Amino acid sequence: MFDAAFVSQELLPALNRGLLVSVALIVPAGVLGFIGGILLGCVRAFGSPWARRLGDAYTSVIRGVPLAVQLMMIYFALPKVGIYFEPYGASLISFILCNSAYQSEYIRGALLSIRQGQIKAAQALGMDSLQTIVWIVIPQAARRALPGCGNEIIYLIKYSSLAYLVTCMELMGEGKVVASDTFRYTEVFLAVGAYYLVMVTLATWLLHWLERRFHVPGFGAR
Amino acid sequence: MSETVAQLSKKTGASPVLQVSHLSKKLGGKPILQDCSLTLNRGELKVLIGPSGAGKSTLLQCINCLIPPDEGKILLEGRALDVADRRALCAFRAQVGMIFQDFNLFDHLTAEENVVIALRKVRGMSRQDANRRAQEELGRVGMARRAGLYPAQLSGGQKQRVAIARALAMDPRVILLDEPTSALDPELVGEVLAVIKDLARGGMTMLMATHQMDFARALAHEILFMEQGIIIEQGSPEVLLAEGSATRTRDFCKHLLEMGA
Repeated sequence: MFDAAFVSQELLPALNRGLLVSVALIVPAGVLGFIGGILLGCVRAFGSPWARRLGDAYTSVIRGVPLAVQLMMIYFALPKVGIYFEPYGASLISFILCNSAYQSEYIRGALLSIRQGQIKAAQALGMDSLQTIVWIVIPQAARRALPGCGNEIIYLIKYSSLAYLVTCMELMGEGKVVASDTFRYTEVFLAVGAYYLVMVTLATWLLHWLERRFHVPGFGAR
Repeated sequence: MSETVAQLSKKTGASPVLQVSHLSKKLGGKPILQDCSLTLNRGELKVLIGPSGAGKSTLLQCINCLIPPDEGKILLEGRALDVADRRALCAFRAQVGMIFQDFNLFDHLTAEENVVIALRKVRGMSRQDANRRAQEELGRVGMARRAGLYPAQLSGGQKQRVAIARALAMDPRVILLDEPTSALDPELVGEVLAVIKDLARGGMTMLMATHQMDFARALAHEILFMEQGIIIEQGSPEVLLAEGSATRTRDFCKHLLEMGA
């Protein structure tokens, strides 16, 4: 039943190749999506009424349409207006757009949870707006947002598997090819599932470590 | 406008640190402050008294523009504050200490870091100098041994003492105190008042809103009584609280006593 030669010579090399592409999607999408989320979250929390409305509209569109549909639109519909992407580029852009919309919601909530007194105290000491945001608001908001943002990173790891829909050969795509070539669906997708489980477990450890590293007694536990 | 203030300070012969004239503020069309004027001379402690909702807190926060006043003039050591100039406003606030009713320590920083952060970011001190200064100020309020604790690990009284150390470290010309003991458990009020008493004896210029009448009677140079956004009485505690005087201040104090405050 267990075919060691198939696993070591066919399956694992293919999945490892796919894993590299998956990581190359997840890491930049996670980092840029988080930065985009901070910017979008700030706009939605503190921006002018029009900027807020624009940010809210963007977020509701991205959250309201399935990611698979967004991917298809970017890969198949944009070329109709002369914008072309490689499968990898289309997937990355789609993940960044999606990730930043979700992250902005966690960031916005964290920003709004900062008590007005903290900002008043900073201003009363003579800090300008930028200093107040950098030294008081962001350190507190980041701690409040960390669990939610971490959750979103874990979602990202898993929804990165949708990239195979636009023929980006990441973990899921490589697995699908091996499976349809060999008809060994069970083994292949058990292995693919295990790869994702390992990635998510590593990410969870990293996030827990971050939470412990930046833990402040009594903070957020009110 | 500023003439009256100048005349007033000439009359008393003291050097004014903070002059506030004709301060007004409306919120949602409702007047919260109406034409409030006051002068604080060097080393003076003035106490703001009045029922809640009288505008004491608004007045204090208007003085350093945490709530921007609609009208009025604010002078620190004779120099007028230009509210539109953000940089001047920050420099002004750095010289005017503020103590809040609910402490407002930075929750993510230790007691020491709470004192250090403004020294470093606003006054541009080196880490070493700022740490040394923070230790000094925390020692002054009896908090040196708890410098490494976070706000959540301190009692209310301890938090307020750290807040006072944080304000003192900035070498303020004047300190505004907004009911510094109102959010404290009764047994913790004493330790904070003791620190404020020390400051008063050391010649710190202060304007303090409070309900602590014994404290006001013993230490205030002058009591300002506020009601409905107006300073309606102003004078030394001996005069305003004198036996048989028919002042609104005395009425209010008697009422406080009857309530068992």
